[in-house]
Amino acid sequence: MLSSMLLGRYTPGESVIHHLDPRAKLISVILFMIIVFFANDWLGYGMLILFVLAVTKLAGLSVRFLFNGLKLVLILLIFTFLMHIFLTKGGTILVEGGFFTIESNGLITGIYITIRLALLVVITTLMTLTTSPIELTDAIEKLCKSLKAVKIPVHEIAMMMSISLRFIPTLMDETEKIIKAQSARGSTFMTGSLKSRITALVPIFIPLFMSAFKRADEMAVAMEVRGYKGEEGRTHYRVLNWQLKDTIAIIILLILGLILLWVRQ
Amino acid sequence: MIKLENVAFKYREEEAYALDHISINFEKGKWTSIIGHNGSGKSSLVKVLMGITESYEGNIYIDGKQLNNDNMKDLRSRFAIVFQNPDNQFVGATVEDDVAFGLENMGIEREEMIERTDYALKLVDMLDFKKHEPHRLSGGQKQRIAIAGALAMKPEVLILDEATSMLDPKGRQEVLSILCDLHERLETTIIYITHDLTEIYRSDKVVVMNQGKAVAEGSIDEIYRDKELLKESNLKVPYTMELSEALLDGTYLTHEMLVDRL
Repeated sequence: MLSSMLLGRYTPGESVIHHLDPRAKLISVILFMIIVFFANDWLGYGMLILFVLAVTKLAGLSVRFLFNGLKLVLILLIFTFLMHIFLTKGGTILVEGGFFTIESNGLITGIYITIRLALLVVITTLMTLTTSPIELTDAIEKLCKSLKAVKIPVHEIAMMMSISLRFIPTLMDETEKIIKAQSARGSTFMTGSLKSRITALVPIFIPLFMSAFKRADEMAVAMEVRGYKGEEGRTHYRVLNWQLKDTIAIIILLILGLILLWVRQ
Repeated sequence: MIKLENVAFKYREEEAYALDHISINFEKGKWTSIIGHNGSGKSSLVKVLMGITESYEGNIYIDGKQLNNDNMKDLRSRFAIVFQNPDNQFVGATVEDDVAFGLENMGIEREEMIERTDYALKLVDMLDFKKHEPHRLSGGQKQRIAIAGALAMKPEVLILDEATSMLDPKGRQEVLSILCDLHERLETTIIYITHDLTEIYRSDKVVVMNQGKAVAEGSIDEIYRDKELLKESNLKVPYTMELSEALLDGTYLTHEMLVDRL
């Protein structure tokens, strides 16, 4: 199940969306998050759904692929839907049970909120699917550059992010190795009560932390001997290239927002 | 090129010297191997050479200039090093980023950076893997990238600190043959640190270390003939050497050479 999980994953590709500047994608997603709240009727939500479908198509991904990868999120969506159905009151009574009633307002808000949440999940997933983590880090670094004026170490934070991202697969492998080593010594992780399963994790985490610190130490030495001394006097191998299509993407988002404001009831 | 004179170093908590007043001369364009078992002081030597620790006694000369606080950064930028663990020295998110990391730190213009990155990747025959992420590479490939990262900085001296000890035999062979090739083509000075005596066949000079001291220095043949010394230093004589001793005249031979001779 976890291996098909799409949250935060990146799939390399050559689509238009893949080739957009990561800054453009990040800004667009933030704009979209605002625009979603403009919609308050079927027409508005319909347009947003169409927009997201269009982006999915442009990214060269299929709806089915997204749906399969986001199944876990579905649980959250259903939960939200049920909460609204049972707890939001008003309008005509649709179903009347012993201790609960479902009213029309509840049903409608439930559907709206669920769609809203689903749209947000899908659009952010589309961004991470089409942008490599390192590009996203670059985008965040560039967009937050002005924060340096208020003494926020933007470069250092970005460097830390990119190194952490680079170490995720390494540490995953390591975890697997430790689990195997501990299993070979007779530890069980999959059986027993919840409490015993949690305590069984301790012998995994301690060696993992130990090795992570050791790696960090060696990494620091390796960076130092390769001349790393912070941002000053440093040039960049990787550059971001803002093109016309990136501006167009932002304009499309702004137009979408305006239309939604206009049709809004 | 690099001359150590009575260099000593000890860790803060410990009594005994990790490096016990050693003097070694590394010649320009030559391949010098340093062999020794675990705890013989090999890594401490690297620490002192690369300036990871600054509290050593004795003198280090680089091209006749004594290393001091003022010229240290400058002189040491002519060295590059490859460490043992391929994972823990991979800084970049992709192969090309990692090779360019040192160049970025030096503040080199982007055009030149791209050129030098490609050049270095070509030298280790990894240009096709430019866009790859590190976890998709084998250990040997990662070490080749580490070497490329070092070479991109155009160092005069390349130091390898147990660079092949975490690799499988295939990866080890890959790295060694790349190194031999580089040594021949670019005439890079190589300082090769290892505990594996089968890896030093290319050396012009071998230094044996034991308990922080440089106990012997000489050509491969000289070192190999001194069985007592190797035994005292806890070093394992390769089987090719034992065969050569038993069947031939006892000169040092690599696996291939031995097959030929036999």
